[in-house]
Amino acid sequence: MNLAPHPDAFVPQLYRAGRVIRELHDTVTLEFAPLSGPRPAFEPGQFNMLTVFGVGEAAISISGDPSEETAFVHTVREVGAVSRAIAKLEAGAVAGLRGPYGKGWPVAAAEGSDVVIVAGGLGLAPLRPAIYRILANRSRYGRVSILFGSRNPADLLYRHELEQWRQRLDVEIAVTVDHADASWRGNVGVVPALIRRAAFDPHDTVAMVCGPEVMMRYTARGLLDAGVAGERIYFSMERNMKCAIGLCGHCQFGPDFICKDGPVLRYDKISGIFAVREI
Amino acid sequence: MESLERILKEHPFFAPFAPEHLQLVTGCARNHRFAAGEYLFHEGAPANEFFLIRHGSVALEIAAPGKAPVIIETLHDGDIAGASWLVPPYRWMFDARALELTRAIGIDAACLRGKCDADHDLGYEMMRSVLTVLQKRLQATRLQILDVYGRH
Repeated sequence: MNLAPHPDAFVPQLYRAGRVIRELHDTVTLEFAPLSGPRPAFEPGQFNMLTVFGVGEAAISISGDPSEETAFVHTVREVGAVSRAIAKLEAGAVAGLRGPYGKGWPVAAAEGSDVVIVAGGLGLAPLRPAIYRILANRSRYGRVSILFGSRNPADLLYRHELEQWRQRLDVEIAVTVDHADASWRGNVGVVPALIRRAAFDPHDTVAMVCGPEVMMRYTARGLLDAGVAGERIYFSMERNMKCAIGLCGHCQFGPDFICKDGPVLRYDKISGIFAVREI
Repeated sequence: MESLERILKEHPFFAPFAPEHLQLVTGCARNHRFAAGEYLFHEGAPANEFFLIRHGSVALEIAAPGKAPVIIETLHDGDIAGASWLVPPYRWMFDARALELTRAIGIDAACLRGKCDADHDLGYEMMRSVLTVLQKRLQATRLQILDVYGRH
């Protein structure tokens, strides 16, 4: 499997947008297939630098199935000029892409253990490739729990897939929302509150967490309170990435560059600086 | 009574309680069964009884005229429903509605307050346990208020 990005890491390769799925009012999922040559392989948790020519470049996590080899899948939320431009791309449009970059989830290292996946909002997107791979190799893992928190029922990302996963008998799916009216039959409350009710052996569990940083901080406390060791908790961090190969320093996070040493980092390695405002 | 005491002992809320205190609490307890849609209590009503959820789920709601009620939080197995019984004016701040068949232990508030007044060790343990629950809910509420999934 070739995980190396293109030899000239600063030159975007040309990709064509394929299927475009409107996930939420401000979030779309797009497929990008290379105009020439094979699509590089990727590991769950890695990201690409996507370019809309004339607008700019942004780091976007890969959200597709790693066993699918023809296109990269990215889920993008419209928050800035570049992400808005990406979200407006239509099928057939040509975009630039560099990658994949970064270190991903410890999916292979978690084999033999229970797995707890905790996602908040769009944080489910970078975790989805890990979920695909774990479910494709389900017998290699102990109990698997997916805990997902969202703002409200209308903002539930990948709702159809959540419902499909929930139908499986070998995965525990718990969904909660921060706000809901009485028509919602599910949980209302914050996602860390789901940890207490999930079934896992805290001494033999690997936790993978992605979401807004405040949510991840509270989730870490919940996992630690449940007995999961800091070295078995992994976060996907987000910072402003530019070069994506550890040269420019824009994404420096303490001693690490998020683009090169992350985006997935072990909690015990970053816990000391996690809540430091200046970092 | 013995069975109620065993159920209370196994409920996470009462895990830190001494056996003699559990015995006192058991004297104020009784079993409840709420059908889906049935209310455990209503906003503004006297907080005469609070509930330990054994099985099921309960929504804490605030109703507003002309709008669907807003669910603030859902409670589940092992949670307690209601803290207003402990502090004046002893009136519920929310509605509590069973979302499914819910089995709970109800604790008579006046009975328990009387026992807490008479036995301050029990009162301290009760206050500490309720405060632990409230502190966690306060933290969760702060996180909800932050609206972390919104655009930033």
